[in-house]
Amino acid sequence: MDGREVIVKIRDLDKTYYSKYGKTHALKDINLDIYKGEIFGIIGLSGAGKSTLVRCINFLELPTKGEVIFDGLSLSSLTEKELRKARTSMGMIFQQFNLLAQRNALDNVCFPLEIAGVSRAKARERALELLELVGIADKAKSYPSQLSGGQQQRVAIARALATNPKILLCDEATSALDPNTTSSILELLRDINQKLGITIIIITHQMSVIERLCQRVAIIDKSYIAELGKVTDVFTNPQSEIAKELILSHGIKDISFTNERGRKLRIVFDGRSTYEPIISNIVLEAKAPVNILYADTRNIDGKAVGEMVIQLPEDELLSSNIIAYLKQININFMEVEENV
Amino acid sequence: MFEAAVIKMIGMGILETLYMVFVSSAIAYLIGLPLGIILVITDKNGIHPMVAINKTLGFVVNIVRSVPFIILLITILPFTRLVVGTTYGANATVVPLIVSAAPFIARMVEASIKEVPEGVIEAAKAMGASTFQIIWKVLIPEAMPSLITGSAIAITTILGYSAMSGFVGGGGLGDIAIRYGYHRYQTDIMLVTVVILVIIVQLIQDIGLKLALKKDKRIS
Ligand SMILES: Nc1ncnc2c1ncn2[C@@H]1O[C@H](COP(=O)(O)OP(=O)(O)OP(=O)(O)O)[C@@H](O)[C@H]1O
Ligand SMILES: [Mg+2]
Repeated sequence: MDGREVIVKIRDLDKTYYSKYGKTHALKDINLDIYKGEIFGIIGLSGAGKSTLVRCINFLELPTKGEVIFDGLSLSSLTEKELRKARTSMGMIFQQFNLLAQRNALDNVCFPLEIAGVSRAKARERALELLELVGIADKAKSYPSQLSGGQQQRVAIARALATNPKILLCDEATSALDPNTTSSILELLRDINQKLGITIIIITHQMSVIERLCQRVAIIDKSYIAELGKVTDVFTNPQSEIAKELILSHGIKDISFTNERGRKLRIVFDGRSTYEPIISNIVLEAKAPVNILYADTRNIDGKAVGEMVIQLPEDELLSSNIIAYLKQININFMEVEENV
Repeated sequence: MFEAAVIKMIGMGILETLYMVFVSSAIAYLIGLPLGIILVITDKNGIHPMVAINKTLGFVVNIVRSVPFIILLITILPFTRLVVGTTYGANATVVPLIVSAAPFIARMVEASIKEVPEGVIEAAKAMGASTFQIIWKVLIPEAMPSLITGSAIAITTILGYSAMSGFVGGGGLGDIAIRYGYHRYQTDIMLVTVVILVIIVQLIQDIGLKLALKKDKRIS
């Protein structure tokens, strides 16, 4: 990551809400660099401060202390007008989609362009292009009430992209969707990131979303960043209590791997399956930790090739969970006897 | 069953009533609509919080709304004379109708606009919309079906008030009903005017609801 350009820089950020019931410290000591072009995940339990953080990035919420520097601009130094201009470079999508109910899909996408003073004809042309990009050009004349959740989120994504933003903020963008629709929206986000080079910041409470999409992740716990790093590192070797809890689910933190008698599996990646972080999937799906004894895998053109030997936990139930999962995802594997 | 003169008088009454209701509704909306919007946006959780202005306006609106129309009409007679030069007839009724209806409309508008989901407003803000753009392109269009339903209620209420002003010679159908029915015991004429009033109320209500339904894209 060294030498990569930073698009959002957050320094010593605090956010405190004051109400008649007292103070709520929603965020404390937040320091974060988000790199141009990456997909960055923010995860945490409910009330951890995720939404507050993302709303501080586009200054919908003013930080109590600290700085947000977007593309070299310190947001707190901007006038109202400059801030509104800066916001057109930051797209945002929401859990509830937040489309204008009285406008059809096309006019919803036109909205940010109207705001920016783009002519009607140009706006429509661009809006159609974007609806095409998100795959629902045929629904241009439909109203939000006539669209499914996934389709509404696609319109919302098209709308967020209308002004050519540099970053896209996603607050629980898939939390209101079923698993299949979630997958297709995540695919779309990945596509947008790759095709348009837009930096994406994703907030979620679902580990699977982070795992499938993000390169780096910040785990927020009780207003602080508890852990920050590459997804692969955090998933395979969580440091903080909260990370362990989120990744390994509750309670199984102290299982010993030193046991020699644990069963070992050789997993073969023959290139048939698209690359997936198998190990973290095992951890997530089977809710069981595994030990990697040997690994020689390469990511060739998006396909995983190579082999890996893992040691299963001693617990029979956990082991069978893992084996069941491997069968389910159709991965080649065999039990090995000899020591590696 | 009525002589030509009576029919003509009732016809004039209808026109006068429609005139009063139309003019006072239009002007009351010119005042009430912006007032309602200001009440929403200056709220402490609004898009442009100005608590002092919000509290003051809210207080004035509540005071005027709590005065019964007929009392308000009499209380502001000097003001009415100042504005239209007379205290009799349709034009004189328009003044208290406006004073009384504007705050009522402001509250209706406020309620309609508050129905626009918070998230939609937030999305507009995130796209860089100014307060004015949010009002004009989000709040009003999104609240339109509810605003239309509200206006049907407001107009029929104004119609009811206008009939009350018959007691002080305010013109229109109410005036006829009171002059013939109450002072001269010609119940038939009173009944006819009442039926016509009921029909007008029904029509306005129906048209309002139909328009609102037709406009509303939330119902597919
Ligand atoms: N406008 C507000 N006024 C007062 N307190 C607030 C406000 N918004 C958030 N909070 C508080 O700040 C804390 C963090 O809230 P936030 O919405 O950022 O959590 P979150 O991580 O997004 O949770 P969730 O997963 O439930 O969306 C919570 O304790 C919340 O009650
Ligand atoms: Mg949230």
